[in-house]
Amino acid sequence: MAFYEKLMGLDRRWVYLSVGIAVLIPFFIPFDVPVYTTPEVKAVYDFVESLKEGEVLFLAIDYDPNAMAELHPTARVIMRQAFSQNVKLVISALSQNGPGMAEQLISEISKEFGKKSGIDYCYLGYKPYPGITILAMGQDFRIPFPSDYYGVPLDSMPMMRRIKNYDDVKAVIDVTGTNAIDFWLVNANARYKVKLAAAVTGVMAADYYPYLQSGQLFGLLSGLKGASEYEVLANQKGFAFSGMRIQTIAHIVVILFIVIGNIGFFISRTQRKK
Amino acid sequence: MPPLGDLIWTTLAAFLTFCIFSFLYKDNPFYKFAEHLVVGVSAGYFTMLLYFEGFIPKVFVPIFKEGKLYYFIPAILGVLMWTRFSKKWAWISRYPIAIYIGIGTGVAIPLEMQTKVVQQLRASMTAISFNGSAGLNNLLVVLGVFCALVYFFFSKEHKGLFGGVAKFGIWILMIGFGTGFGLTVMGRVSLLIDRVKFLAETWWPMFKAFVGAVL
Repeated sequence: MAFYEKLMGLDRRWVYLSVGIAVLIPFFIPFDVPVYTTPEVKAVYDFVESLKEGEVLFLAIDYDPNAMAELHPTARVIMRQAFSQNVKLVISALSQNGPGMAEQLISEISKEFGKKSGIDYCYLGYKPYPGITILAMGQDFRIPFPSDYYGVPLDSMPMMRRIKNYDDVKAVIDVTGTNAIDFWLVNANARYKVKLAAAVTGVMAADYYPYLQSGQLFGLLSGLKGASEYEVLANQKGFAFSGMRIQTIAHIVVILFIVIGNIGFFISRTQRKK
Repeated sequence: MPPLGDLIWTTLAAFLTFCIFSFLYKDNPFYKFAEHLVVGVSAGYFTMLLYFEGFIPKVFVPIFKEGKLYYFIPAILGVLMWTRFSKKWAWISRYPIAIYIGIGTGVAIPLEMQTKVVQQLRASMTAISFNGSAGLNNLLVVLGVFCALVYFFFSKEHKGLFGGVAKFGIWILMIGFGTGFGLTVMGRVSLLIDRVKFLAETWWPMFKAFVGAVL
Protein backbone atom coordinates (compact mmCIF):
# COMPACT_ATOMS: atom_id res chain seq x y z
CA MET A 1 0.00 0.00 0.00
CA ALA A 2 1.36 3.42 -1.01
CA PHE A 3 2.18 6.01 1.66
CA TYR A 4 -0.67 8.32 0.63
CA GLU A 5 -3.13 5.42 0.79
CA LYS A 6 -2.01 4.73 4.34
CA LEU A 7 -2.60 8.41 5.15
CA MET A 8 -6.11 8.30 3.72
CA GLY A 9 -6.93 5.14 5.66
CA LEU A 10 -5.46 6.28 8.98
CA ASP A 11 -7.49 4.94 11.89
CA ARG A 12 -9.14 7.89 13.64
CA ARG A 13 -8.05 6.43 17.00
CA TRP A 14 -4.49 7.53 16.20
CA VAL A 15 -5.82 11.08 16.00
CA TYR A 16 -7.53 10.70 19.39
CA LEU A 17 -4.38 9.23 20.93
CA SER A 18 -2.21 12.03 19.51
CA VAL A 19 -4.55 14.75 20.81
CA GLY A 20 -4.69 12.97 24.19
CA ILE A 21 -0.90 12.88 24.46
CA ALA A 22 -0.68 16.51 23.29
CA VAL A 23 -3.08 17.58 26.02
CA LEU A 24 -0.91 15.86 28.66
CA ILE A 25 2.38 17.50 27.55
CA PRO A 26 1.78 20.89 29.28
CA PHE A 27 1.30 19.09 32.61
CA PHE A 28 4.90 17.84 32.44
CA ILE A 29 6.50 20.79 30.63
CA PRO A 30 4.98 23.98 32.07
CA PHE A 31 5.02 27.04 29.81
CA ASP A 32 2.80 30.04 29.12
CA VAL A 33 1.42 31.32 25.85
CA PRO A 34 0.65 35.00 25.30
CA VAL A 35 -3.06 35.80 25.34
CA TYR A 36 -4.04 38.81 23.24
CA THR A 37 -7.26 40.62 23.99
CA THR A 38 -9.84 41.34 21.31
CA PRO A 39 -12.09 44.44 21.18
CA GLU A 40 -15.28 42.41 21.68
CA VAL A 41 -13.99 40.98 24.98
CA LYS A 42 -12.48 44.28 26.13
CA ALA A 43 -15.83 46.00 25.52
CA VAL A 44 -17.49 43.75 28.11
CA TYR A 45 -14.62 44.12 30.57
CA ASP A 46 -14.57 47.93 30.20
CA PHE A 47 -18.31 48.10 30.64
CA VAL A 48 -18.29 46.12 33.91
CA GLU A 49 -15.27 48.12 35.04
CA SER A 50 -17.16 51.37 34.41
CA LEU A 51 -20.05 50.39 36.69
CA LYS A 52 -20.26 52.33 39.93
CA GLU A 53 -20.85 50.96 43.41
CA GLY A 54 -24.48 50.00 43.93
CA GLU A 55 -25.33 49.81 40.23
CA VAL A 56 -27.01 46.63 39.04
CA LEU A 57 -25.85 44.10 36.46
CA PHE A 58 -27.96 41.18 35.27
CA LEU A 59 -25.92 38.01 34.84
CA ALA A 60 -27.74 35.21 33.03
CA ILE A 61 -26.08 31.85 33.70
CA ASP A 62 -27.85 29.95 30.93
CA TYR A 63 -25.77 26.82 30.52
CA ASP A 64 -25.77 23.22 31.68
CA PRO A 65 -22.89 21.38 33.36
CA ASN A 66 -21.85 20.04 29.93
CA ALA A 67 -20.70 23.56 28.97
CA MET A 68 -18.98 24.25 32.32
CA ALA A 69 -15.49 23.83 30.89
CA GLU A 70 -15.95 26.74 28.51
CA LEU A 71 -18.32 29.01 30.38
CA HIS A 72 -17.71 28.60 34.10
CA PRO A 73 -14.43 30.58 33.94
CA THR A 74 -16.29 33.47 32.27
CA ALA A 75 -19.14 33.51 34.78
CA ARG A 76 -16.62 33.27 37.64
CA VAL A 77 -14.40 36.13 36.47
CA ILE A 78 -17.33 38.47 35.69
CA MET A 79 -18.91 37.74 39.07
CA ARG A 80 -15.61 38.40 40.84
CA GLN A 81 -15.10 41.65 38.94
CA ALA A 82 -18.62 42.84 39.79
CA PHE A 83 -18.40 41.91 43.47
CA SER A 84 -14.96 43.49 43.82
CA GLN A 85 -16.52 46.79 42.65
CA ASN A 86 -19.58 46.35 44.90
CA VAL A 87 -21.81 46.11 41.85
CA LYS A 88 -25.07 44.34 42.66
CA LEU A 89 -25.99 41.26 40.66
CA VAL A 90 -29.33 39.87 39.59
CA ILE A 91 -28.68 36.33 38.41
CA SER A 92 -30.88 33.87 36.55
CA ALA A 93 -30.30 30.31 35.36
CA LEU A 94 -32.64 29.53 32.48
CA SER A 95 -31.03 26.33 31.30
CA GLN A 96 -32.81 23.25 32.60
CA ASN A 97 -29.85 21.43 34.16
CA GLY A 98 -27.99 24.56 35.28
CA PRO A 99 -29.67 26.01 38.41
CA GLY A 100 -27.85 23.78 40.92
CA MET A 101 -24.51 24.35 39.22
CA ALA A 102 -25.09 28.12 39.14
CA GLU A 103 -26.02 28.11 42.84
CA GLN A 104 -22.76 26.34 43.67
CA LEU A 105 -20.77 29.01 41.81
CA ILE A 106 -22.71 31.89 43.36
CA SER A 107 -22.21 30.49 46.89
CA GLU A 108 -18.48 30.07 46.27
CA ILE A 109 -17.89 33.58 44.91
CA SER A 110 -20.24 35.37 47.32
CA LYS A 111 -18.47 33.72 50.28
CA GLU A 112 -15.12 34.82 48.87
CA PHE A 113 -16.27 38.46 48.84
CA GLY A 114 -18.53 38.30 51.91
CA LYS A 115 -21.65 39.15 49.86
CA LYS A 116 -25.15 38.45 51.09
CA SER A 117 -28.19 37.17 49.19
CA GLY A 118 -30.92 39.81 49.00
CA ILE A 119 -28.50 42.63 49.81
CA ASP A 120 -25.65 42.31 47.32
CA TYR A 121 -27.11 39.82 44.87
CA CYS A 122 -30.36 38.12 44.02
CA TYR A 123 -30.36 34.64 42.54
CA LEU A 124 -33.66 34.18 40.75
CA GLY A 125 -33.04 30.60 39.67
CA TYR A 126 -34.95 28.76 36.95
CA LYS A 127 -38.35 29.00 35.32
CA PRO A 128 -39.40 26.90 32.33
CA TYR A 129 -39.70 28.44 28.85
CA PRO A 130 -36.85 30.97 28.72
CA GLY A 131 -38.47 33.06 25.96
CA ILE A 132 -41.62 33.74 27.97
CA THR A 133 -39.62 34.25 31.18
CA ILE A 134 -37.33 36.83 29.52
CA LEU A 135 -40.30 38.64 28.01
CA ALA A 136 -42.14 38.73 31.34
CA MET A 137 -39.09 40.06 33.19
CA GLY A 138 -39.28 43.12 30.93
CA GLN A 139 -42.47 44.09 32.75
CA ASP A 140 -41.49 43.01 36.23
CA PHE A 141 -39.02 40.45 37.57
CA ARG A 142 -41.74 39.45 40.03
CA ILE A 143 -44.03 38.06 37.30
CA PRO A 144 -41.92 34.96 36.56
CA PHE A 145 -40.02 35.12 39.86
CA PRO A 146 -42.23 36.20 42.80
CA SER A 147 -39.50 34.71 45.00
CA ASP A 148 -35.84 33.87 44.50
CA TYR A 149 -34.18 30.44 44.17
CA TYR A 150 -34.26 29.98 47.96
CA GLY A 151 -37.97 30.84 48.20
CA VAL A 152 -37.48 34.35 49.63
CA PRO A 153 -40.04 36.83 48.21
CA LEU A 154 -38.36 39.47 46.04
CA ASP A 155 -40.30 42.26 47.76
CA SER A 156 -38.75 41.34 51.09
CA MET A 157 -35.22 41.85 49.79
CA PRO A 158 -33.60 45.24 50.48
CA MET A 159 -31.78 45.11 47.15
CA MET A 160 -34.86 44.30 45.05
CA ARG A 161 -37.10 47.04 46.49
CA ARG A 162 -35.80 49.53 43.93
CA ILE A 163 -35.42 47.03 41.09
CA LYS A 164 -38.48 46.32 39.00
CA ASN A 165 -37.43 45.32 35.50
CA TYR A 166 -34.68 45.75 32.87
CA ASP A 167 -34.92 49.56 33.21
CA ASP A 168 -33.24 49.19 36.59
CA VAL A 169 -30.25 47.14 35.41
CA LYS A 170 -27.35 48.59 33.47
CA ALA A 171 -26.99 45.62 31.13
CA VAL A 172 -27.54 41.91 30.72
CA ILE A 173 -24.57 39.61 30.19
CA ASP A 174 -25.78 36.23 28.99
CA VAL A 175 -23.31 33.40 29.58
CA THR A 176 -24.86 30.63 27.56
CA GLY A 177 -24.38 27.28 25.91
CA THR A 178 -27.97 27.15 24.62
CA ASN A 179 -30.23 29.15 22.32
CA ALA A 180 -31.22 31.31 25.30
CA ILE A 181 -29.17 34.08 23.70
CA ASP A 182 -31.69 34.16 20.82
CA PHE A 183 -34.45 34.80 23.34
CA TRP A 184 -32.40 37.53 24.99
CA LEU A 185 -31.79 39.14 21.59
CA VAL A 186 -35.43 38.95 20.56
CA ASN A 187 -37.36 39.38 23.80
CA ALA A 188 -35.03 41.69 25.72
CA ASN A 189 -32.81 43.56 23.27
CA ALA A 190 -35.34 44.09 20.46
CA ARG A 191 -38.42 44.39 22.68
CA TYR A 192 -37.06 46.40 25.63
CA LYS A 193 -33.82 47.85 24.17
CA VAL A 194 -31.78 46.09 26.84
CA LYS A 195 -28.02 46.54 26.53
CA LEU A 196 -26.80 43.01 25.90
CA ALA A 197 -23.51 41.14 25.78
CA ALA A 198 -22.94 37.41 25.40
CA ALA A 199 -20.43 34.76 26.35
CA VAL A 200 -21.07 31.66 24.25
CA THR A 201 -19.42 28.29 23.65
CA GLY A 202 -16.87 28.01 20.85
CA VAL A 203 -19.31 26.03 18.71
CA MET A 204 -21.85 28.86 18.85
CA ALA A 205 -19.54 31.85 18.49
CA ALA A 206 -19.47 32.12 14.68
CA ASP A 207 -23.27 32.39 14.62
CA TYR A 208 -23.32 35.42 16.91
CA TYR A 209 -20.62 37.63 15.39
CA PRO A 210 -23.20 39.18 13.02
CA TYR A 211 -25.06 40.48 16.08
CA LEU A 212 -21.86 42.02 17.35
CA GLN A 213 -21.25 43.71 14.01
CA SER A 214 -24.83 45.04 13.96
CA GLY A 215 -24.47 46.44 17.48
CA GLN A 216 -27.23 44.24 18.94
CA LEU A 217 -24.52 42.80 21.19
CA PHE A 218 -22.03 45.24 22.67
CA GLY A 219 -19.52 42.48 23.43
CA LEU A 220 -18.92 38.81 22.77
CA LEU A 221 -16.76 36.20 24.49
CA SER A 222 -16.21 32.98 22.59
CA GLY A 223 -15.52 29.88 24.64
CA LEU A 224 -12.35 29.33 26.62
CA LYS A 225 -10.41 31.85 24.51
CA GLY A 226 -12.83 34.64 25.44
CA ALA A 227 -12.63 33.61 29.10
CA SER A 228 -8.82 33.60 29.02
CA GLU A 229 -8.79 37.13 27.55
CA TYR A 230 -11.15 38.27 30.27
CA GLU A 231 -8.99 36.66 32.95
CA VAL A 232 -5.96 38.53 31.61
CA LEU A 233 -7.85 41.85 31.52
CA ALA A 234 -9.20 41.36 35.04
CA ASN A 235 -5.79 40.18 36.24
CA GLN A 236 -7.34 36.96 37.54
CA LYS A 237 -5.43 34.32 35.63
CA GLY A 238 -7.07 30.97 36.28
CA PHE A 239 -8.46 27.91 34.54
CA ALA A 240 -9.01 29.55 31.14
CA PHE A 241 -5.55 31.13 30.99
CA SER A 242 -3.80 27.91 31.95
CA GLY A 243 -6.03 26.03 29.51
CA MET A 244 -4.81 28.10 26.57
CA ARG A 245 -1.37 26.50 26.54
CA ILE A 246 -3.01 23.09 26.28
CA GLN A 247 -5.29 24.48 23.56
CA THR A 248 -2.24 25.66 21.63
CA ILE A 249 -0.58 22.23 21.63
CA ALA A 250 -3.86 20.45 20.77
CA HIS A 251 -4.53 22.87 17.90
CA ILE A 252 -1.04 22.30 16.47
CA VAL A 253 -1.74 18.55 16.45
CA VAL A 254 -5.14 19.07 14.77
CA ILE A 255 -3.59 21.40 12.16
CA LEU A 256 -0.87 18.81 11.46
CA PHE A 257 -3.48 16.13 10.89
CA ILE A 258 -5.45 18.44 8.58
CA VAL A 259 -2.27 19.13 6.56
CA ILE A 260 -1.37 15.42 6.44
CA GLY A 261 -4.94 14.52 5.42
CA ASN A 262 -4.89 17.10 2.65
CA ILE A 263 -1.51 15.91 1.37
CA GLY A 264 -2.92 12.38 1.21
CA PHE A 265 -6.06 13.61 -0.54
CA PHE A 266 -4.24 15.66 -3.19
CA ILE A 267 -1.67 12.93 -3.93
CA SER A 268 -4.39 10.30 -4.28
CA ARG A 269 -6.39 12.62 -6.58
CA THR A 270 -3.31 13.21 -8.75
CA GLN A 271 -2.67 9.45 -8.88
CA ARG A 272 -6.28 8.75 -9.88
CA LYS A 273 -6.08 11.30 -12.72
CA LYS A 274 -2.93 9.57 -14.03
CA MET B 1 -6.32 12.02 54.20
CA PRO B 2 -9.22 13.52 52.20
CA PRO B 3 -12.78 13.15 53.58
CA LEU B 4 -14.14 9.75 52.52
CA GLY B 5 -17.32 11.27 51.05
CA ASP B 6 -15.32 13.62 48.79
CA LEU B 7 -13.09 10.75 47.71
CA ILE B 8 -16.01 8.48 46.83
CA TRP B 9 -17.87 11.11 44.78
CA THR B 10 -14.71 12.35 43.06
CA THR B 11 -13.64 8.79 42.23
CA LEU B 12 -17.11 8.08 40.86
CA ALA B 13 -16.79 11.19 38.65
CA ALA B 14 -13.36 10.02 37.49
CA PHE B 15 -14.71 6.53 36.76
CA LEU B 16 -17.57 7.97 34.68
CA THR B 17 -15.10 10.21 32.82
CA PHE B 18 -13.04 7.12 31.90
CA CYS B 19 -16.25 5.32 30.90
CA ILE B 20 -17.12 8.10 28.45
CA PHE B 21 -13.56 8.31 27.09
CA SER B 22 -13.58 4.56 26.47
CA PHE B 23 -15.90 5.21 23.51
CA LEU B 24 -12.94 6.72 21.66
CA TYR B 25 -11.55 3.22 21.37
CA LYS B 26 -14.88 1.55 20.59
CA ASP B 27 -18.44 1.27 21.82
CA ASN B 28 -18.64 -0.78 25.05
CA PRO B 29 -20.92 -1.47 28.06
CA PHE B 30 -19.08 1.03 30.31
CA TYR B 31 -19.77 3.85 27.84
CA LYS B 32 -23.39 2.74 27.49
CA PHE B 33 -23.80 2.72 31.27
CA ALA B 34 -22.40 6.27 31.65
CA GLU B 35 -24.44 7.55 28.71
CA HIS B 36 -27.69 6.12 30.08
CA LEU B 37 -26.88 7.47 33.52
CA VAL B 38 -26.49 11.00 32.12
CA VAL B 39 -29.77 10.77 30.21
CA GLY B 40 -31.61 9.33 33.22
CA VAL B 41 -30.27 11.84 35.73
CA SER B 42 -30.96 14.77 33.37
CA ALA B 43 -34.53 13.64 32.70
CA GLY B 44 -35.21 13.07 36.40
CA TYR B 45 -33.70 16.40 37.40
CA PHE B 46 -35.65 18.30 34.74
CA THR B 47 -38.95 16.60 35.60
CA MET B 48 -38.64 17.57 39.26
CA LEU B 49 -37.51 21.09 38.34
CA LEU B 50 -40.49 21.52 36.03
CA TYR B 51 -42.83 20.29 38.77
CA PHE B 52 -41.45 22.54 41.49
CA GLU B 53 -40.73 25.62 39.34
CA GLY B 54 -43.66 25.30 36.92
CA PHE B 55 -46.62 23.33 38.21
CA ILE B 56 -46.47 24.25 41.89
CA PRO B 57 -45.97 28.06 41.62
CA LYS B 58 -47.93 28.59 38.40
CA VAL B 59 -50.86 26.18 38.84
CA PHE B 60 -51.23 24.74 42.33
CA VAL B 61 -50.46 27.82 44.46
CA PRO B 62 -52.52 30.38 42.45
CA ILE B 63 -55.60 28.14 42.23
CA PHE B 64 -55.66 26.31 45.53
CA LYS B 65 -53.88 28.71 47.89
CA GLU B 66 -54.54 32.16 46.42
CA GLY B 67 -58.00 31.42 45.02
CA LYS B 68 -57.19 32.84 41.56
CA LEU B 69 -59.72 30.68 39.75
CA TYR B 70 -59.01 32.20 36.31
CA TYR B 71 -55.77 30.19 36.36
CA PHE B 72 -58.03 27.22 35.65
CA ILE B 73 -58.35 28.42 32.03
CA PRO B 74 -54.67 27.93 31.03
CA ALA B 75 -54.48 24.87 33.28
CA ILE B 76 -57.42 23.23 31.48
CA LEU B 77 -55.90 24.16 28.12
CA GLY B 78 -52.72 22.44 29.26
CA VAL B 79 -54.61 19.33 30.32
CA LEU B 80 -56.40 19.25 26.94
CA MET B 81 -53.02 18.82 25.24
CA TRP B 82 -52.96 15.32 26.74
CA THR B 83 -55.97 14.28 24.67
CA ARG B 84 -53.49 13.67 21.85
CA PHE B 85 -52.87 10.27 23.43
CA SER B 86 -56.44 9.20 22.60
CA LYS B 87 -57.42 8.61 18.97
CA LYS B 88 -61.02 9.44 19.77
CA TRP B 89 -60.40 12.73 21.58
CA ALA B 90 -57.19 13.90 19.88
CA TRP B 91 -59.09 16.60 17.92
CA ILE B 92 -59.64 18.52 21.18
CA SER B 93 -55.89 19.11 21.50
CA ARG B 94 -56.06 21.31 18.38
CA TYR B 95 -57.70 24.09 20.41
CA PRO B 96 -54.91 24.61 22.96
CA ILE B 97 -52.32 24.13 20.18
CA ALA B 98 -54.08 26.79 18.06
CA ILE B 99 -54.08 29.25 20.96
CA TYR B 100 -50.45 28.47 21.76
CA ILE B 101 -49.34 28.92 18.14
CA GLY B 102 -51.44 32.06 17.76
CA ILE B 103 -49.91 33.74 20.80
CA GLY B 104 -46.42 32.46 19.97
CA THR B 105 -46.40 33.72 16.40
CA GLY B 106 -48.06 37.00 17.37
CA VAL B 107 -45.32 37.71 19.88
CA ALA B 108 -42.45 36.25 17.88
CA ILE B 109 -42.94 37.43 14.28
CA PRO B 110 -42.48 41.21 14.75
CA LEU B 111 -39.60 40.76 17.19
CA GLU B 112 -37.89 38.05 15.15
CA MET B 113 -38.19 40.20 12.03
CA GLN B 114 -36.73 43.15 13.88
CA THR B 115 -33.85 41.12 15.39
CA LYS B 116 -32.89 38.79 12.61
CA VAL B 117 -33.87 40.64 9.43
CA VAL B 118 -34.29 44.41 9.85
CA GLN B 119 -31.34 45.00 12.20
CA GLN B 120 -29.09 42.64 10.19
CA LEU B 121 -30.08 44.36 6.93
CA ARG B 122 -29.33 47.73 8.46
CA ALA B 123 -25.92 46.48 9.59
CA SER B 124 -25.08 45.39 6.05
CA MET B 125 -25.93 48.84 4.62
CA THR B 126 -22.68 50.46 5.59
CA ALA B 127 -20.57 53.29 4.23
CA ILE B 128 -18.13 51.76 1.75
CA SER B 129 -14.78 53.43 1.26
CA PHE B 130 -11.23 52.51 0.34
CA ASN B 131 -9.79 54.67 3.11
CA GLY B 132 -8.81 52.93 6.29
CA SER B 133 -9.60 49.48 7.67
CA ALA B 134 -13.18 50.37 8.70
CA GLY B 135 -14.14 51.35 5.15
CA LEU B 136 -12.53 48.23 3.68
CA ASN B 137 -14.21 46.10 6.31
CA ASN B 138 -17.57 47.57 5.31
CA LEU B 139 -16.78 46.85 1.66
CA LEU B 140 -16.04 43.24 2.55
CA VAL B 141 -19.33 42.97 4.48
CA VAL B 142 -21.36 44.35 1.57
CA LEU B 143 -19.54 42.19 -1.02
CA GLY B 144 -19.84 39.11 1.19
CA VAL B 145 -23.57 39.55 1.77
CA PHE B 146 -24.25 40.29 -1.91
CA CYS B 147 -22.22 37.40 -3.31
CA ALA B 148 -23.51 34.87 -0.76
CA LEU B 149 -27.09 35.88 -1.62
CA VAL B 150 -26.32 35.52 -5.33
CA TYR B 151 -25.14 31.95 -4.69
CA PHE B 152 -28.60 31.12 -3.30
CA PHE B 153 -30.35 32.57 -6.38
CA PHE B 154 -31.12 29.42 -8.36
CA SER B 155 -33.45 30.86 -11.03
CA LYS B 156 -30.48 31.69 -13.24
CA GLU B 157 -27.70 29.33 -14.25
CA HIS B 158 -24.43 30.02 -12.43
CA LYS B 159 -22.36 30.89 -15.55
CA GLY B 160 -20.23 33.82 -16.73
CA LEU B 161 -20.14 36.92 -14.50
CA PHE B 162 -23.12 35.66 -12.49
CA GLY B 163 -21.29 32.36 -11.91
CA GLY B 164 -18.13 34.21 -10.83
CA VAL B 165 -20.06 36.26 -8.29
CA ALA B 166 -21.75 33.09 -7.01
CA LYS B 167 -18.34 31.39 -6.73
CA PHE B 168 -17.05 34.28 -4.61
CA GLY B 169 -20.20 33.77 -2.52
CA ILE B 170 -19.19 30.12 -1.98
CA TRP B 171 -15.72 31.22 -0.81
CA ILE B 172 -17.34 33.56 1.68
CA LEU B 173 -19.55 30.72 2.92
CA MET B 174 -16.52 28.40 3.14
CA ILE B 175 -14.65 30.97 5.24
CA GLY B 176 -17.68 31.08 7.52
CA PHE B 177 -17.79 27.27 7.79
CA GLY B 178 -14.03 27.18 8.41
CA THR B 179 -14.39 29.68 11.24
CA GLY B 180 -17.18 27.57 12.68
CA PHE B 181 -15.03 24.42 12.43
CA GLY B 182 -12.05 26.11 14.12
CA LEU B 183 -14.23 27.35 16.96
CA THR B 184 -15.81 23.89 17.28
CA VAL B 185 -12.36 22.29 17.62
CA MET B 186 -11.55 24.87 20.30
CA GLY B 187 -14.79 24.08 22.11
CA ARG B 188 -14.27 20.32 22.06
CA VAL B 189 -10.63 20.60 23.15
CA SER B 190 -11.81 22.83 26.03
CA LEU B 191 -14.04 20.01 27.24
CA LEU B 192 -11.11 17.60 27.05
CA ILE B 193 -8.88 20.04 28.95
CA ASP B 194 -11.48 20.33 31.70
CA ARG B 195 -11.67 16.57 32.14
CA VAL B 196 -7.90 16.07 32.00
CA LYS B 197 -7.37 18.87 34.52
CA PHE B 198 -10.01 17.31 36.77
CA LEU B 199 -8.31 13.92 36.61
CA ALA B 200 -4.78 15.29 37.03
CA GLU B 201 -5.34 18.09 39.52
CA THR B 202 -8.39 17.04 41.55
CA TRP B 203 -8.92 13.31 41.50
CA TRP B 204 -5.35 11.95 41.25
CA PRO B 205 -3.86 13.95 44.20
CA MET B 206 -6.88 13.00 46.33
CA PHE B 207 -6.63 9.34 45.37
CA LYS B 208 -2.86 9.31 45.92
CA ALA B 209 -3.26 10.89 49.38
CA PHE B 210 -5.85 8.27 50.28
CA VAL B 211 -3.72 5.36 49.09
CA GLY B 212 -0.71 6.85 50.92
CA ALA B 213 -2.70 7.16 54.16
CA VAL B 214 -4.06 3.62 53.92
CA LEU B 215 -0.68 2.05 53.17
